[in-house]
Amino acid sequence: MEMQVIEYRIGRAEGIVEGDGVLAELDGLEVGVFRVKGKLVAYENRCRHQGGPVCTGEVLGKYEQVLAPDKTVLAERFSGERLHIVCPWHGWEYDLETGQCAVDPGIRLRSLDVVERDGDVFVLA
Amino acid sequence: MTTTANTTGTRDAVVHEGRKSPRAFLDHARREAEERGLYDTLVVDMDCHHYESGAYREIAPYIDNPAIRRIFESYSLPAIQTSILPGNLGDRNVAGRIRGEQIDVVEHPPGADGMHPVAWSLLRSMRDMAIDYSILFPTPMLVLGVTPQPELEVGLARAYNRWLLKNVLPESDAIKTMLYLPLSDPDASASFIEEFADAPGVLGFLVTCVRYQPIHENRFMKVFAALDERKLPLAFHSAPNWGERSFEQMNRFIGVHALGFPFYAMVQMTNLIYNGIPERFPNIRFAFMEAGVAWLPFMVGRLDNEYRLRSSEAPLLTKMPGDYIRDFYYTSQPIEHFDKPEHMEMIFELFDGENRLLYSSDYPHQDFDLPSTITDLSFLSEEGKRKILGGNAAALFGLPDVKLQERHPGLFANGA
Repeated sequence: MEMQVIEYRIGRAEGIVEGDGVLAELDGLEVGVFRVKGKLVAYENRCRHQGGPVCTGEVLGKYEQVLAPDKTVLAERFSGERLHIVCPWHGWEYDLETGQCAVDPGIRLRSLDVVERDGDVFVLA
Repeated sequence: MTTTANTTGTRDAVVHEGRKSPRAFLDHARREAEERGLYDTLVVDMDCHHYESGAYREIAPYIDNPAIRRIFESYSLPAIQTSILPGNLGDRNVAGRIRGEQIDVVEHPPGADGMHPVAWSLLRSMRDMAIDYSILFPTPMLVLGVTPQPELEVGLARAYNRWLLKNVLPESDAIKTMLYLPLSDPDASASFIEEFADAPGVLGFLVTCVRYQPIHENRFMKVFAALDERKLPLAFHSAPNWGERSFEQMNRFIGVHALGFPFYAMVQMTNLIYNGIPERFPNIRFAFMEAGVAWLPFMVGRLDNEYRLRSSEAPLLTKMPGDYIRDFYYTSQPIEHFDKPEHMEMIFELFDGENRLLYSSDYPHQDFDLPSTITDLSFLSEEGKRKILGGNAAALFGLPDVKLQERHPGLFANGA
């Protein structure tokens, strides 16, 4: 099956820095475009919980507790490896790289294809 | 089947100034409401809030006690919050992840046209969530019941009630309330009912669950009698309290928040039922607020079982505790999620949810629920959804079926 898509130019690739992104409107469709581990990802700006503006939320490392061999808590930290985006309405967290809900991987943000060409970033919708 | 993308052209996206730049906090709520046809359905929000702390200077002149009035006239907000009023420990916003919106009196917003800022802000959030009536409550006062100073609870409550009736409710017939009763002083509470019961916009009265005055004591019967005589509803509004002795064992607010609301509601409900208050005062319609619904099957099973074993300790009952529970009303927020809809359906069956549940948002608190939390319950019929969204509340309080857009058409104009 063929799907007709439009390439929406977001801007220059260097404008999207690691661990952050931009919010854009594609003929009425709001999307967030982010750079995570060097790769560009795009999600519809709609939390799977109650539809909140998830792509406008905080981007933070996944919060972790580090256990000692005896299972006592050694330390707490924000992960340097795994970034989450947090919906500002109620705090639902999603893995920024995959769009999966942090507590229920079966739930995902709707992702869109991102293309980088000649230094420009395009989202296909 | 394989799908391939065929690019038909290129356009420029409209990129926003900043990803997190200020946008109307409820931008998306309107879309959610439109998609579900909620602007065509009567929606009554049984529980929404504002932060009366932003209005202390306005409230102060209504305080009778001169010493208390002086405090609210002159102390800074941090001083009042830390040294005068009971605290309410607990980070609601998860270290800044949640970006709440406070309906606060700071200054008159642009375009308010002289309308009181609390009403102005509230009507806009109602518009965005497709809500036609809001039953408005304060926020810091939800734990005022644990103050060791009854005169503070009475004085502030009376002043707040008078201020609300004078300044906010008259701005719109879409804004209602159930007024705070300072239960630490039953005589004052009875006088509040006398003073406020017939005021425009007052649908009933409210008792906060977080307190240590046992409602079964004889000194409170005059309060119930006053409500019963007038056939008025009485709501019990819950809250979390990290100061509760057992909750001091919890090191995270998530635990206090999870258990606190239902815990205090359970205490009040248990006392209410086992002491036969509904039997003594059959004209009062009781409601329990902000504890969700998942606790109700537990209460039905547990209270019924204990009653079978120890009925002599509840001699006034003429039916099972579960039957009283099915006579009460409940606000929906924060409605719990179950992966299997049939589990929630069972819960609804146990407390007669279709007829007893009243939609509530709890907006602008951080765990607010849009009306979609009701429309998206797949096991409910369309009629059931309409009842919970607004029909049950309209019947309980005698609210006319008038949409917000009919009352305030200007609110829905472009740029409003």
